[in-house]
Amino acid sequence: MLKKWIPLLGATAVCALMSVPQAAKAEQLTLCWAAWDPANALVELSKDFTTKTGIDMKFEFVPWTSYADRFLNELNSRGKLCDLIIGDSQWVGGAAENGHYVKLNDFFAKEGIKMDDFVPATVVGYSEWPKNTPNYWALPAMGDVVGWTYRKDWFQRPEIQKEFKAKYGWDLDAPKTYDQLKQIAEFFQKRQIDGKTVYGASIYTERGSEGITMGVTNVLYDWGFMYDNPKKPYDMQGYVNSPDAVKGLEFYKSLYDCCTPPGASNVYMVESADAFKSGQVAMQMNFAFTWPGLYKDEKVGGDRIGFFPNPAEKYHFAQLGGQGISVVSYSDKRDAALQYIKWFAQPQVQAKWWQLGGYSCLKAVVDAPDFKTSQPYAPAFLESMAIVKDFWAEPSYAELLQAMQKRVHDYVVAGKGTAKEALDGLEKDWTEIFKEDGKI
Amino acid sequence: MHADRRGLQTATRPLACRTGAPFSLTKSDAAVTISNPSLADKAAEAAARATPDGVVVRVRALSDRAIAWLFIAPTIVLLLAINIFPLFWAIYLSFTNFRANRPNAEVKNVGLGNYSRVLNDPDIWASMQTTAHFVFWTILLQTVIGFALAYLIDRKFRGHAFWTTLILIPMMLSPAVVGNFWRFLYEPQIGLFAYAVSFLTGIPTSDIQMLGSVNLAPWAIIIVDTWMWTPYVMLICLAGLRSIPDYIYEAAEVDRASNWRQFWSITVPMALPFIMLAVLFRGIENFKMFDMVNLLTGGGPGSTTEVASITLKRDAFEAWATGRSSAFAIVLFVAVFGLANIYVKALNRVKQR
Repeated sequence: MLKKWIPLLGATAVCALMSVPQAAKAEQLTLCWAAWDPANALVELSKDFTTKTGIDMKFEFVPWTSYADRFLNELNSRGKLCDLIIGDSQWVGGAAENGHYVKLNDFFAKEGIKMDDFVPATVVGYSEWPKNTPNYWALPAMGDVVGWTYRKDWFQRPEIQKEFKAKYGWDLDAPKTYDQLKQIAEFFQKRQIDGKTVYGASIYTERGSEGITMGVTNVLYDWGFMYDNPKKPYDMQGYVNSPDAVKGLEFYKSLYDCCTPPGASNVYMVESADAFKSGQVAMQMNFAFTWPGLYKDEKVGGDRIGFFPNPAEKYHFAQLGGQGISVVSYSDKRDAALQYIKWFAQPQVQAKWWQLGGYSCLKAVVDAPDFKTSQPYAPAFLESMAIVKDFWAEPSYAELLQAMQKRVHDYVVAGKGTAKEALDGLEKDWTEIFKEDGKI
Repeated sequence: MHADRRGLQTATRPLACRTGAPFSLTKSDAAVTISNPSLADKAAEAAARATPDGVVVRVRALSDRAIAWLFIAPTIVLLLAINIFPLFWAIYLSFTNFRANRPNAEVKNVGLGNYSRVLNDPDIWASMQTTAHFVFWTILLQTVIGFALAYLIDRKFRGHAFWTTLILIPMMLSPAVVGNFWRFLYEPQIGLFAYAVSFLTGIPTSDIQMLGSVNLAPWAIIIVDTWMWTPYVMLICLAGLRSIPDYIYEAAEVDRASNWRQFWSITVPMALPFIMLAVLFRGIENFKMFDMVNLLTGGGPGSTTEVASITLKRDAFEAWATGRSSAFAIVLFVAVFGLANIYVKALNRVKQR
């Protein structure tokens, strides 16, 4: 019997011998991210890494609407598809607690990568779990924040400026407060410009993933919405549903009702950018990553587009977007993946990253004297990045998000109940989720 | 026993021939074999004796029944692995607090807690109502329009084959494609739907917001599903109409029954099993509707079009409340299974008439 097996064993051995050196030699890393403009820039940038190290880079990009679904599934099933992942900022809690990401503290210490070299808000937002403790699970990779673009060419037309001044008594310019923003939006709503009906503003209203939450929190922070009592974590009564927060939500609905284009009931990043590109709206709320693309646009870009950070109300904040880059703990190629992060953290690579259309989080890049003049959207980005706030990054973030999507969409778009009821309900939902998690 | 022996004979003979062949089957021997069967038997016997013991035993075990099992085994294994096992596993999970995204957390038995939470959750009841509204109206519209179309096509007018093909086109598209392009058709500023309605009614297009309006969104998804699946109902109804023999109508003519009477006394009752079958298929399909609605509205505005399967998907694969969503899935399964069973009983009774 044994005799028969010998050739087979031999064949297996030969196969094994052949495959072992192959695995060690032909190295290829897979990086997972969303399918969007910055990802294309990263592909460009990574070519330098391949030339330098001989490690091939493969990319797995998924559209935003299914990005969380796809990759959280992958991580939860301990898949080996991704060696490196640029995961959304809210995932860091779950990914850290469930062991999806490799903890990077020792690696940073060994390689001399200092988190102090990065913009503080991005370190807290993308890398730390628990928040505000020196436990790092990612390297800040892509800074992003919600801001606004406007049609500079329309704002500068003398007849429009004159009419606006006569109506509202101040010179038409990028708004500094929400009252101003709403006046501008009302002014442009259904106005005829160059024979086309245009509308005031495009804001986030998407229901399926996280759209309306990103838009609403972006505005509510400024009015006084807080996730919890700063002195007592998870104590949300009177913070989530404070009278100021209620006023903020009422404002968001009034903006949706008065000044958005018809049919804007399910708008997120792509739809908002499309509304602006097609010349429908005077102002647009969107993440900063869309700005380089819009600036290059032939119809609305160049001199025709302007950028401004979130207006201020009682406070001045902006919703954080963006991601850090992490090493997936299930990957067999941890060393090569760490090598990539080491390469990516270098100042000259980060500088090139900004040039190609990515948003670097390295202080050396954003604090450089010529940064503000390097791109027309650089000042608005810098100003916004200084005032960011992010959604919950708890392991239960998805449930917290679902509750907010539902409550807020029900009120703002479907017009059910009042703003107070919506936020009271949200506070109740969130309390229940944290109770289930044993946090309260 | 008898069956077994026959199995042995049929099973051993080909084997004997095969093993015997190299030794005995020369050209002249072949002729002899045919003319003298006893020689062939002898050869077979010799071959059987020459067969090693182990092989003989294996051959003897191959009864008809064993062969049958051998053939269906792969299917059974697959069915067990990907249908039956997950079902029981889901039943087990529905009694626990398991979360698929927290592999390290302790799994606790929560008894009927998940079920009581699912059945007392107003959001889940709202999604069930949305589903019921969707299923009821889509089935009603599709059956009525589908049957009417089948009735017309069955008149066999000139070019009816062409029209049948044309009507069938929506059904051949993928629901994802349909969801996406109807989103554009419904778009108030550029959409054809809004344009057509505005052309007919004079309402400005920007006021025709099908997907953004709380009142109209449920109807918007019903319109799309009806547009897409009416052809399917029509096909089944057409098969039913074609199966009615002409002589019955001829007999009715002889009895001077009016067209109206013929329709209600012959056409409808005889096509009824087919119609009911179409309703069953569409009912089960639409009860699980997910892709098209998800693409059209994502459940919005608010939760106006959040059908049960969207709620389930959000619980299971976004919130990762695996235990609770398993309970919800079991509740849905029992509901669909129970309703379908009752319906099939009714269908059989109609067929027997």
